[in-house]
Amino acid sequence: MVKRFRDRFGEAVREAWLDRKQSILVVDAAKLRAVCEFARDSEKFDMLVDLTAVDWPKREKRFEVVLQLYSFAKNERLRVKAQVADGEPVPSVIFVWPAAGWLERECFDMFGIRFDGHPGLKRILLPDEWQGHPLRKDYDILQQDEAWVRENMGIESGQ
Amino acid sequence: MDETRSEGMAPPSVELAVPGADEIVINMGPQHPSTHGVLRVKLRLDGERIDGSECIIGYLHRGVEKIAEHRSYQQFAPYVDRMDYVAAVSNGLGYCEAVEKLLGAEAPPRARVVRTILTELQRIASHLLWLGTHALDIGALTPIFYCLREREEILKIFEKYCGARLTTHAFRIGGLQYETYDGFEHDVKRFCDDFGTKVDEYEQLLTGNRIWVGRCKGVGVLTAKQAIALGVTGPPLRASGVKWDLRKAMPYAAYDRYDFIIPTGTNGDTYDRYLVRMEEMRQSRRICLQAVENIPTGPIMAKVGKVLKPPPGEVYHSIEAPKGEIGYYVVSDGTTQPYRVRVRPPSFINLQAFDTMVRGHLVADVVAIIGTLDIVLGEVDR
Repeated sequence: MVKRFRDRFGEAVREAWLDRKQSILVVDAAKLRAVCEFARDSEKFDMLVDLTAVDWPKREKRFEVVLQLYSFAKNERLRVKAQVADGEPVPSVIFVWPAAGWLERECFDMFGIRFDGHPGLKRILLPDEWQGHPLRKDYDILQQDEAWVRENMGIESGQ
Repeated sequence: MDETRSEGMAPPSVELAVPGADEIVINMGPQHPSTHGVLRVKLRLDGERIDGSECIIGYLHRGVEKIAEHRSYQQFAPYVDRMDYVAAVSNGLGYCEAVEKLLGAEAPPRARVVRTILTELQRIASHLLWLGTHALDIGALTPIFYCLREREEILKIFEKYCGARLTTHAFRIGGLQYETYDGFEHDVKRFCDDFGTKVDEYEQLLTGNRIWVGRCKGVGVLTAKQAIALGVTGPPLRASGVKWDLRKAMPYAAYDRYDFIIPTGTNGDTYDRYLVRMEEMRQSRRICLQAVENIPTGPIMAKVGKVLKPPPGEVYHSIEAPKGEIGYYVVSDGTTQPYRVRVRPPSFINLQAFDTMVRGHLVADVVAIIGTLDIVLGEVDR
């Protein structure tokens, strides 16, 4: 399967390996949408199970967007990853799998990753005016948007 | 290329457009008895018909995934019980198995069978609570009393086993902390024997009831294609006719040993989802009966050590929770704390289908559709 992805996308498929018997594919962020369309149409990965990110602040490109795909026809999973720098947009996969709508919003909410082409990218779990993205590693576990808390909750501090 | 779009299936609307001259926007919740927690729904109405909706969530957000990065692997286990708090045992099973996979460990056979029994009891308990409240929302007052009566028996077994009824923390990474108590098999058998006719009793109250049928048939239809595109899993996916259950597709715990069927629907409406969940309760009872007949003897914990340091790497593991596929994506950097834990919450992703299901229906149907999705806001918001 990796070979078919390599044949189609060449250098855009950066790495591919197995971890605990699960297949992982790292692709160029710019090609993410094309790879996903190929995965859906030719490789029969018809369901986007999950979309999330991991923050690695020490890496050159700090975020890793992670998609978990599932194929009903093959009963197989595939994990597609793309590395992006802070502020670098990722092509949205919402038109490949509508399921990405809320998942990309959550990813934006928690990490501040922008998804290009998403029709309504706004916060989903936190209030719209909140400052900061809590799942970044430099966001302390006790940190809150104190100004928002004071203004909206009428208390001095959330802690 | 965009076949999902060409069939009139837009991506779920993320923001409600400004209403036209003949339209109004009304607000339901977050404090509304039918929303089962703190879900707020904005509905755009044309007359009494809904032509758009937006769910506003996050009122129960506690930052579970952030907390995970600051706890050890074992310390985080009780937190997962607080997501889907009416199916805590299932959440715990998913997390423990994910970390076991990361460690390369496997729970011993006895632990796996006991896990299967408790998880199936939990599925029955979760479906019972869904049935009672869903019927109550639609106007059938009676079933909830019966449902809670039976659920109580399951919670008593949990309480006797681990001391807790709701947020049980029943499993440990590597197996079980507690041996089963004296009379555990007897209690499970007695519950299953009693429960045998109970589902038929509920069905007598509802299945042929004209009001129930009128309120459920054709309401909130989700085709198989839509369900897959939206990532919907669990009973809503099966009611749309997709015969897919992780217990069969990718067996975990001890499910490969037992005989059970996957019920499916054909129309993908509220009524079919009701029938699927009713049949699932019967099948869960069957699994419990088979499992309890023959619980292997032996140790209940694998040798995983007191301090867990999984080798660097990552794993995604998911199980079939009562509400759908609950998945854990755990990344290890070789220390005693997870580098990242991502929970794939079935309620959150199933709720995304709400907008597709609700369009064209009346305001009164919103209550039925929220009920039939069987969401728990603790898991939606995490």
